[in-house]
Amino acid sequence: MEIIKEKCRGCTLCAGACPFGAIVMVDGKATVTDACTNCGACESSCHFGAIVVDKAEESARDIKDYHGVWVFAEQRDGNVMSTTFELLGEGRLLADKLGVELCAVLLGYKTEGMASTLGAWGADKVIAVDNELLCNYTTDAYANVITKLVESRMPEIFLIGATTIGRDLAPRLSARLYTGLTADCTKLDIDEETHNLLQTRPAFGGNVMATIVTPNHRPQMATVRPGVMKKAPWNPAKKAVIEYVDIAIAKDDIRTRIVETVRELKQQVNLIEADIIVSGGRGVGSAEGFVLIEKLAEAFGGVVGASRAAVEAGYITADHQVGQTGKTVRPKIYVACGISGAIQHLAGMQNSGCIIAINKDADAPIFKVADYGIVGDLHKVIPILIDEIKMRVK
Amino acid sequence: MKIIVCIKQVPDTTEVKLDPKTGRLIRDGVPSIINPDDKNSLEAALQIKDNDPDTRVIVVSMGPPQADIALREALAMGADEAILISGREFGGSDTWATSYIIASAIKKIPDYDLILCGRQAIDGDTAQVGPQIAEQLGIPQVTYAQKIEVNGDTIIVQRQYEDFYQNIEVKMPCLITAIKELNEPRYMTPGGIADAYSVKNVTVWGFADVPVDPEKIGLKGSPTNVYRTFSPEAKGMGRILDGSDRNTVKELLSELDNKHLL
Repeated sequence: MEIIKEKCRGCTLCAGACPFGAIVMVDGKATVTDACTNCGACESSCHFGAIVVDKAEESARDIKDYHGVWVFAEQRDGNVMSTTFELLGEGRLLADKLGVELCAVLLGYKTEGMASTLGAWGADKVIAVDNELLCNYTTDAYANVITKLVESRMPEIFLIGATTIGRDLAPRLSARLYTGLTADCTKLDIDEETHNLLQTRPAFGGNVMATIVTPNHRPQMATVRPGVMKKAPWNPAKKAVIEYVDIAIAKDDIRTRIVETVRELKQQVNLIEADIIVSGGRGVGSAEGFVLIEKLAEAFGGVVGASRAAVEAGYITADHQVGQTGKTVRPKIYVACGISGAIQHLAGMQNSGCIIAINKDADAPIFKVADYGIVGDLHKVIPILIDEIKMRVK
Repeated sequence: MKIIVCIKQVPDTTEVKLDPKTGRLIRDGVPSIINPDDKNSLEAALQIKDNDPDTRVIVVSMGPPQADIALREALAMGADEAILISGREFGGSDTWATSYIIASAIKKIPDYDLILCGRQAIDGDTAQVGPQIAEQLGIPQVTYAQKIEVNGDTIIVQRQYEDFYQNIEVKMPCLITAIKELNEPRYMTPGGIADAYSVKNVTVWGFADVPVDPEKIGLKGSPTNVYRTFSPEAKGMGRILDGSDRNTVKELLSELDNKHLL
């Protein structure tokens, strides 16, 4: 490293930033002593551009050297998550637009079976890292391995599911790689002119959509909201090239220890991942009335939600609550039964794919956001609906 | 113990709209609050302090000078010190640059044991800055904490996933992000409010106080840029199917069929 004396103002910030005490002030200017290891820590402390650290290696990398679309193939307990197939579906479209390869990155233990399915979902290639220490997700092991893969193979786009694991891993990676990351995207596209990835996501509670680009850093990283992208058609004839990469993982590098994994005995209400939600409100009338809501949810193959009014009335527990103070959901179908549609409820469900409202009051605000509304008594409509759904299944 | 709590002042959202003419956010008249998840992280720190009065809780926020109010509220809730990272040079920073600035500021605070952040802010919903700060500082992270138990120099975190939870052990120093299930934040006390504006203080750190590379902050140093913002397509009112008989229901189901929703 070098200090440009003309630019140095003698502020001493660099002396404080140096981990080795290698910078001393001589005649009001910073001066480097032999203790310097050329680590570069001082460079960022200087506000006047007076410190230059040799970075030839870094600048040699051009964004044009990055190729291909990568998808993080998230697995849990040896099963590939359905989000992965959605990412492959979307990744396929992006890779085809760019004319590049689509690669799934699979970390786990005994991954062979999982690796062989990924081609059928659209991957051209699978990079698999198989290690007992990758069996369960840990931030450190996964971030270390993926960093090595990205640095050596240089993909231009890297998509990760916006799951509770993806949203732990992706920011860690982007910080380490000094690249852009866009959270929870609902739409992706390629800019025809620049070939940049256009990453669109909701902000401000869904009131605003923003399209984000990462023009000068690679890979362009995005987490993608589960349930939004379409899976590619499953094609068992399509096989991906599977490459196993051996990356050493030191146990000591994993600084968190999973003490236990607890699946609560009570059936967890997974509103966030549900494709279909059937919700009840005050109009359901009683806790017993929710049996009807449960039956409809069962017929649709969905889960039960509720408005705050229903929860406060004691009809159902709070873990079912949808809305500003409950869960924000975006299922493919949302059936609102006996829910008037207070703003606080709408805030949590108005971005659902298709909203069906059943309510006695034709003026209820819920009808303003509903794709289909049935003005009628839910206690009469729902049994017929259940009946008709069952007939269709037969 | 020394705990650093990162908080963000946010507009009390979901009422924020775009001006249809200018395409800009209308923030006027929208009250500012401490981001809800961040309040849970502060409460967690204060609970640790309740059990161990030797604990020092330092709240850190990056934002405009007005964020002073959020920090005063944190002091009134019981935090010991407050630092406001504020400077025009920091404006326009994305999550990478923001975490870089905050991490650089935290490096100036010696011997912290624990950093607590909210999982995500209600204005941006990225959930990125917490883990990015941890990475910039080179310390381990545990996100989505619904329970925290300090045990000597380690912490057991109950970490939430979609349909299960894990108890994760992590050694300090580390960074933990809080979700609202973690606790119920306390209110300010009258005495606390008085202290927040008298004996306690908000220290402001400007650009010159935080050792950062000017090339890596603000709009220029941010890897991501906003390409455009727009209002989500307004959802028009759908069809009302009249009557509660079998025909109505059949019509509904065939519509869903047509849209390949079933």
